[in-house]
Parts: sequence; structure tokens; C-alpha cells
Amino acid sequence: MISSLIIVFREVIEAGLIIGIVLAATTGVPGRERAVTMGVLAGVLGACLVAGFAGELANLFQGSGQEFFNATILLLAVAMLTWHNVWMASHGREMARELKAAGHQVRTGERTLTALSIVVGVAVLREGSEVVLFLYGIAAQGGTSAAGMMAGGGLGLAGGAVVSALMYFGLLKVPAGKLFQVTSWLITLLAAGMAAQAVLLLQNGGLLEVFTGTVWDTSWLIRDDSITGKLLHTLIGYSEAPNGAQLLAYGATVVMILVLMRLVNAPAPKQAKAKHA
Amino acid sequence: MKRLALALTLIATPAFADGPIEVHLKNHKFTPSVIKVKANKPSMIILYNDDDMADEFDSSSLKIERVVPGHAKANIRIRALAPGKYPFMGEFFSKTAQGVVIAE
Repeated sequence: MISSLIIVFREVIEAGLIIGIVLAATTGVPGRERAVTMGVLAGVLGACLVAGFAGELANLFQGSGQEFFNATILLLAVAMLTWHNVWMASHGREMARELKAAGHQVRTGERTLTALSIVVGVAVLREGSEVVLFLYGIAAQGGTSAAGMMAGGGLGLAGGAVVSALMYFGLLKVPAGKLFQVTSWLITLLAAGMAAQAVLLLQNGGLLEVFTGTVWDTSWLIRDDSITGKLLHTLIGYSEAPNGAQLLAYGATVVMILVLMRLVNAPAPKQAKAKHA
Repeated sequence: MKRLALALTLIATPAFADGPIEVHLKNHKFTPSVIKVKANKPSMIILYNDDDMADEFDSSSLKIERVVPGHAKANIRIRALAPGKYPFMGEFFSKTAQGVVIAE
């Protein structure tokens, strides 16, 4: 029971934190509940499918199918988060201003909702497929332990949901004007962490073999498998011993998002001025 | 759990690295559970899951999380390791599924 509690709790936190950030980032956007719910449902459905075909999936690409699949999924999420942030950079300010008015302009936020819906789906898909495989194993085993393990799974689910909710409500405490700033930073780091994780998966799958040497080791401070390590891993991509390629991917993602946000943000006022002239 | 890993270290005959190392997972136990690899050289474990149920080869020190379905095999690449001990486990059945990679 304890093991299923821990496993489900961990996976739920990883997906839940991402959902919490997405919800906070879309505060005041109509239709976000539907978008997030769709994402979660699609993710759960996808997770069942992935679990069902885990064997076939793993055998693809000379046995590196699972790594390749997960890396692709992560990179898709990185692209979606980048798009969201860049889009918010050009529309965030007006949205923040009109948040209280809830005018029709706020509806423009729906466009980025699809991207975030995909991010939510991807997060649930990745963490969910492990939970499904695990719980399926329990169910297949049958016997008296099944009930206990299911109870553990339920508790883990509830616990993970509570932690994610706390994160979400904590974010809501941030004043509306600052909220977009905070969530865009969170999303930037979230994306960078995912990119670094994707690189590690590609390395494990033998698809990328550059700069694999460990650059530093902070396992004495925060271990990867501690709860703090897991939280930081999900939020900012913490790794106790990152390698060169991971750090490059991390840095490149942060720089790419910041530059794109600047680029999208900068020309707008200039064009406005040109019109006036 | 550490004591268990230590006990396994003492009992099991180590497998040596040169080419892929075959490891079997049966009744949620790894055989061999102690895997010796050459330090600073990448190596590969071929894990056969002989159980009906899936398990996840999980090691934070090796940075590997790999789901292996029941009655399936997985090629697990190990990066070049500095000399030392790198414990791993089958996450879904971590009570019994414990092992360690020793790089030397």
C-alpha cells in the first residue's frame, strides 16, 4: 500500500504542478477549465493506450522506443510552452489590464489555450502511463493486497492533488499585474527543464552522444530522489548531476524563449509609432 | 534497504562487463544483482523481465528510468561512470528488486 501511495503521489505531483502553473497562467481566460479538463482526459486516455502498447513501444528504434517517445513528447511540450510564453509576451499586458473588466478582448486568450491543453495532456500522458502500468500490475496480481494497494493509490492521488492545489492557490496570491510575469518565468524554467530531460532521454536511448560528462554534482545538497528534488526537478528542471548537453539544452531553451519574447514584444510599439508619424 | 543491497552484494556472483550484460528479473529479483562494469566506459545491460508484470528499472544515480513490460527485454545503456557504486531497483517492486552497478 505504501509503495503504491508513493508512486502515485510522485507521478501526480509531477503532472499536477504543471497543471497548477497552467491554470495560474490562464487566470481569467474563459474556457480554460474546459481546455484543462480536455487535456487531462486526453492524457489519461493516452496513458492507458501507451501502457497497453508499452511492449511494442519499447521495442521500436532498436529498443530505444520508450526514450525516443518520451523525448518527443517532452520536446512537443517545450514547443507549446514556448509558444504560450511568446504569445503572452505580446498580449499579456493588455490581458492583465483587462482582467477585472473581463471584456471581449480577454477571449483572445483562447488561442493559447490549445497549446496549454496539449501541455497538460502531455504531462498527464507521461506520468499517467507509469501509474497505469503499475496499477495494472497490481490488478493483475489480484488477491487481498489489491484493495490495499488501490487505497494507497487513491491516497497518493489525493495527496498529489492537494500539493498541486496548494501550488496553484499560492500562485493566485501573486497580484494580478505580476502574475503573468511570475507564470511566464515559471513556464520558461519548466520548458528548459523539460528540454534538459529530453536530452537525457535521447542520451539514454543512444541517439545523442555529445557532452555526456557530468558537469557538477550537488547530490550532497539535494538528492534527485528526495521529495524536494522531485519538486525542483518538475518546477525548474533540477538535476543533482547534470551533464554538458543537458546544461546546453537548458540554457538554449531559456535564451530562445527570452529572445523570442523580446522580439515579439519589441516591434509592436515601434509600429504603433510609425502609424502615428 | 541498504542492508539488503549489501547482503545481495556479498551473496551474488558479480557479472563482468565486456559487451552487453544480461540481467534477468524473475520473481521481482535481479540476477545477477551485482553488475561490475569498467569505469569511464559506457556499457549496456540487457534486462529480461521474466515476470508477468511490468517493472521499472530505476536508478537516480545512473539517471535511468526505464519501464520493462512483462516477458519483454530492454537494452539499458549505462553512461561512462566514475568509479563507484550505483544502486538501482525495480521501482514497482522495490522491496525485493534491488541491485547495484559497480564501476571499477
